[in-house]
This record gives sequence, C-alpha cells and structure tokens, in this order.
Amino acid sequence: MSAVEDVVTEAPAVEAVPKRAMTLGTGTSVVVLLLLLAVPVFAKNFVIFQLTQLLYLGLAVLALNILTGGSGQFSLGQSAFYGIGAYITAVMMEQFNIPYFLCLPVAGALCFGVGFLFGQPALRLSGVYLALATFALATAMPQLLKLNFLEKWTGGVQGLVVTKPDAPFGLKMSQDMWLYYFTLVVVLAIYIFSVNLLRSRSGRAFMAIRDNEIAASAMGVNVALYKTLAFGVSAGITGVAGGLSAIAVQFVAPDSFTITLAIQLFLGMVVGGVGWLPGSIVGAAFIIFVPNIAEGISKGLSGAVFGVLLFLVIYLVPHGARQVAILGQQLAGKLRKN
Amino acid sequence: MTFGRTLRTAALITAVATLASTAALAQKKYDTGATDTEIKIGNIMPYSGPASAYGIIGKTEEAYFKMINDKGGINGRKIVYVTYDDGYSPPKAVEQVRKLVESDEVLAVFNPLGTPSNTAIQKYLNAKKIPQLFVATGATKWNDPKNFPWTMGWQPSYQSEAQIYAKWLMKEKPDAKVAILYQNDDFGKDYLKGTKDGFGAKAASTIILEESYEVSEPSIDGHIVKIKAANPDVLLIYTTPKFGAQTIKKTAELGWKPLQIITNVSASVGSVMKPAGFEASQDVLSAAYAKDGADPRWANDAGMKKWAEFLDKYMPGADKTDSSVVYGYGAAQTLVKALEQCGDDLTRANLMKQAASLKDFEPDTLLPGVKINTGPSDFAPISQLQMQRFKGEKWEQFGDIMNGDVAPE
Repeated sequence: MSAVEDVVTEAPAVEAVPKRAMTLGTGTSVVVLLLLLAVPVFAKNFVIFQLTQLLYLGLAVLALNILTGGSGQFSLGQSAFYGIGAYITAVMMEQFNIPYFLCLPVAGALCFGVGFLFGQPALRLSGVYLALATFALATAMPQLLKLNFLEKWTGGVQGLVVTKPDAPFGLKMSQDMWLYYFTLVVVLAIYIFSVNLLRSRSGRAFMAIRDNEIAASAMGVNVALYKTLAFGVSAGITGVAGGLSAIAVQFVAPDSFTITLAIQLFLGMVVGGVGWLPGSIVGAAFIIFVPNIAEGISKGLSGAVFGVLLFLVIYLVPHGARQVAILGQQLAGKLRKN
Repeated sequence: MTFGRTLRTAALITAVATLASTAALAQKKYDTGATDTEIKIGNIMPYSGPASAYGIIGKTEEAYFKMINDKGGINGRKIVYVTYDDGYSPPKAVEQVRKLVESDEVLAVFNPLGTPSNTAIQKYLNAKKIPQLFVATGATKWNDPKNFPWTMGWQPSYQSEAQIYAKWLMKEKPDAKVAILYQNDDFGKDYLKGTKDGFGAKAASTIILEESYEVSEPSIDGHIVKIKAANPDVLLIYTTPKFGAQTIKKTAELGWKPLQIITNVSASVGSVMKPAGFEASQDVLSAAYAKDGADPRWANDAGMKKWAEFLDKYMPGADKTDSSVVYGYGAAQTLVKALEQCGDDLTRANLMKQAASLKDFEPDTLLPGVKINTGPSDFAPISQLQMQRFKGEKWEQFGDIMNGDVAPE
C-alpha cells in the first residue's frame, strides 16, 4: 500500500466544520461584548484579574483552534510559544524599559517567525507524529529558558519580576481594570482578525488542507506554504497571549511554561469545541475555574475530581461548548415556533 | 510659685497623656482578617504537580491549627486556615494568593512553598502590605527587610548552611583541599557563595575545584571522575537528593574516600543514604536544625513527645519518617507564637513587628540549642545548625550548635 493510499483512506483527524459555524451570530456577539465591557465595573479586583486571565488564556486557546480547527494540524507545543512571548515581553519591559504596548507586537512577530520555522517539519509529519514533535518543543522550553548565557536577561531559574502598568492619561482606574480593558481590546482585535482570516482565501486553503490534503493540492493550494503559515499565525497569537500573561501575572519563570500548560490549552480547545472560535473562551474558563472547583470538592483528590468532571464533559458533550450552543439554538428555535 | 504650678500642671498633663495612651494600647486593633473571634491565615502549597510531596506540610499545619483551636485558640480567637493548591506553578500562585487576599481577606499569607512561587507573589504582597510570613524556601533573598519589609523566611538559608560547613572545615581541617560539586542553578549557587564567604580570604587557596552539573543530566558519574583526578581530600556535595545519592555511590565505586559533606536538603535517609548504600554512606557529614521523627534518640524528648501525641490525635496514619511532618509542625508553632505575642493588636504591621521580635524561641521539633531569633534587621528566624555524621543507618549530631547568619546582598 502506498503512502498516498494511506493518506486517502485515513479518516480525517478533525471533523470538518463549515466556516459559517465557526463564529457567533451578530446579536449574540453584541450581547457577549456588552457583558465583557460591563462586568468589571461591578466586580472586585480579584475577579477582574481572573477575567483578564480568562481573556488571555482564551486567546491562546483560540490560536490553537486556528491551527487544529482551521488547518487540521495538532500541537502540544503551544506552551513554548506562550513562554517565548511572555519572556520577550518581560525582558523588553524590564531590561530595556520599552512600553508594554510596544512589546506585544514584537512578541507576536517573533513568535510568528519561530512558529513559521518550526512549521517546516510540519510538512513531513502529520497527526500524532506532529503532536509528538511539538511535545518535544514544549518539554525543552523550560530548560532553554534557564540557559546560562541568557541569564543576564532572563534571570535564569529565578525568573523576572514585571512591573504592572498604570492606567494612562490620568484615568481613575485600578491597574487591574485598565489591564483588563487593554487585554480585551487586544483580544477583540485578534478575534476579528482570526474570523476574517478563516473567511478569507487563506482560511479556505487551511480548511481544504484539513479536509483533504491531496484534494487541496490538486486544487492548486500551496500545501507547504499554508501549513507553515497556519503554524506561524497560531504561534504569533500564542506569543501575544503569553505577553499579556506576563504583564498580568507580573512574573515570568521557566516553571510557568511547562508541558502542563500546553496540555491545558489543548484541553481548553477540546472542551470549547474544536474549530469553534467563541468556544475558546469557554475552554479557557474550564481550565481556570474547574480545577478550583475540584479543589473545593476535595483537596487531596483534586486531580481525580478534575478528571471525573473532564470525563463527564467529554462523554456528555463530545463536541464541547459548540454542541451546547447548537442545542441551545435549536431549543430557542423551537420555542419561537410554538 | 507660678513656676511650681506650671510644673504641676505639666506633670498632670503627662500623667493623663500616659494613661490615655495605655488605654489606647489595651484597645483591640484589627486589620482585615482578624476579629474578636477569629484570625484568618492564608497559605498556598503544591498539593498537585511535580512538588506535591511537600503538600503534607500544608496538611500538618492545618492539623496543628485545629489542635490550637481545640485548646481554645490564640487569646480566645480561633485560627481559620485557608490553604490552596498552586501546583508549584508561579502564575497559579499569583492567582491563588490574590484570591486569599482579595476574596478570602486573610490577615497574612503564611508559609507559602517554593522559591518560584514566592518570588511571583513577593512584590504583590509587599505592595499591599500583607505579611508573607515564614516562607518555605531556603533561598537567601527572603532576609531582606529593607526592600521587602513584609517578607520573612523561616528555615536556615542555603548560604548560612554552607558558611557553617566552611567554618567547621577551617577549624577541623585547616589545610583541606576542597572540591565543590554544585547544581547549576540558584540553589547550587547559593551554596557556592556561602562556602566562599565562609572561607573568606582563604577561599582561593582552599577550594581547588568547582564543578557544576545541570539538573537535566541523567548521571553525574563523569563529574565525579573528573573531581577525583584533581585529588581533593574534601568533597562538598551541593546537590538535590537524586544526585546526592549518585555521588556517594560513585565515590565508593571508585574506591575513593574523601571527607564528604552533603547538603541538608539531600540528607534524607530514605531517599539518599539508602539508595546510595549504607556502607558507602558511612561517615558522610551534613548539618541539621530539626529533630528526626524516626530517630529513637528522641523517644523521651519532651518536644517530640508532644509532636507524636499531636500526630496520633490529629494526623493518624501520618508517616513519621517524613521530614515534612516535622517541618510543618515547627513552622505552624512559630506562627502561633508570633500571633500570641500580638495580643489584641492584630494588625498586619504588628504581626510583622512581633514576628521580627522572637527571642530565643524553641519550637518542639528543633534540635536542642537551636533557637529562633529575629530582629528589625534580621528576618532569618533559624540560622543555627549542628553538624551530623552518618553512622550505621542514621545521622548522629556532634559538636556545638553553629551560627551562620547571612545578610542579603
């Protein structure tokens, strides 16, 4: 059996998602946006901090969603790009005194470059083999960050403390609230960019590759280019998310960017619904809040409780939040008819 | 006459003022987290993740506070101990500590574990003026009251311990040729610096070789062979447990018997000396500050009897050979002491002040003679250790209690 037949007979790794189904309707979008804008006014600083976490982790999940849901490639190495982005931002802010809003584009651009380069092996590997290669990247990253010759910038194992920015223009706003709105703007901009990207020619090329690589190449899609491009875009967005996390947490250390983070992001994507971009926020909420709930149920067995909850979610709604949303829509439709 | 009256008036005013201020002192003062009936203390621990073995410290502390509450609490107030899992991840540590401070509204964060996690929360807690009390890490940087007046360590720092080794060597073996094997990170470098400071001017002539290894190396046999070639007569083993066991084993395999000193971190009988082989471990030196819960020597010790009673009643089934159980008990006892000293003035500032005025305090689990002393410029509660030698299947302490106070850079 030839390699070509192998590919053809293999079931697609990711279920095809029509591009319309990848986003939210206009009405829902407006409601969600208004909620995101209004909540901080009524919330405690700690809750605002958690919401900021939700936004930037949601962004990282979104990036993985573009890669996996969009172009059908797997990655367990997102924590590496996230870490690079966080470190670039932290080092630029602390060692070179560059304003934070300038650090993020740099972090994004550099991560895009790293991701694009790393995407080269992606041409030869697919499915689980690619996941394994990226896994290696994630495992190596904490140790690379500890390297001696980088230590004068990165602070080595000790990590680097980052100063939290104040609200500009003399706005009477707490640092947390300012950072929340700043993060919200960045995340929205990238979300809109991503939606448009997936609706564009490039997005169609991604999805064609996802659904059938050979057919895509027969149609004239430059498979090599678009595969690496998807990797680059995903890494770039993850880098920005990492940068935002460095500012919000005010600290970067090699131990913050271990393989556990990569697995959490992967988990967030699956729970949110592979290929459904708004699900990214739901997935992020799952990886932030569910461990806390599990800990509340039992401290000693928090891992086991988390496992059970995760199992229930995957068993009951295998397509994650997307499935719930579709069910909700159908229900609403029925109610309207009655 | 007029003068006399003025004097009398002045005296009266002073007297009234003194009375008033005494009255003010006796008044109860509280910050967030303290009331007439309870004191809320927060904590983060790695209950999950790579360092979850330390989670037992948090559980011991929880049980200890329960015992204190059962006995009537501290000056009539019960301790409410809120402990969260940070999974040894710095971002999670920040999230959990912010939850403790802003949502649970604790008076202080007590004994958070791990150097990365503590570094991540230090700036936040100091900015908010919330005590980060008795942190569970041996890094030297916690003793820095000038820059971080709300952070205080507890156990002896790695540098103090290393200084003690250098001091002991200078006294017992003045013409030693010393080789140092250290882990290439902040942990190993703290030890290296302490040793050099301890030797002082003699450091250059005494230390003939500094060999570092990476924590990612599967085996460090090659380093040992290299060190042996330099022919030192003292080998300082500044490693984490796994590599400590490898070092002791390899020197024995090479038939080489230098004087070996191993860090307190790696002085565990179960995870280092036993895997290295008891025969190979004979006469290895180290230093200790706490009693060993498994050592029959302490069977009749008043402090350890209390500890054992506590375990039987509040933590039945706990592993007495686990040094974390001894550790958690001692740290919790220190906090209770500081809170007792606060009296009815349970403000955060007073808690820091009382924590910084512990005088010759001896928790039940510390070696006889090791005392906790703190001051406005000394935020290193324990800075004494005693040398110990491995004999048979356990450690035997010998010599005097030694001091190794280290000021931060």
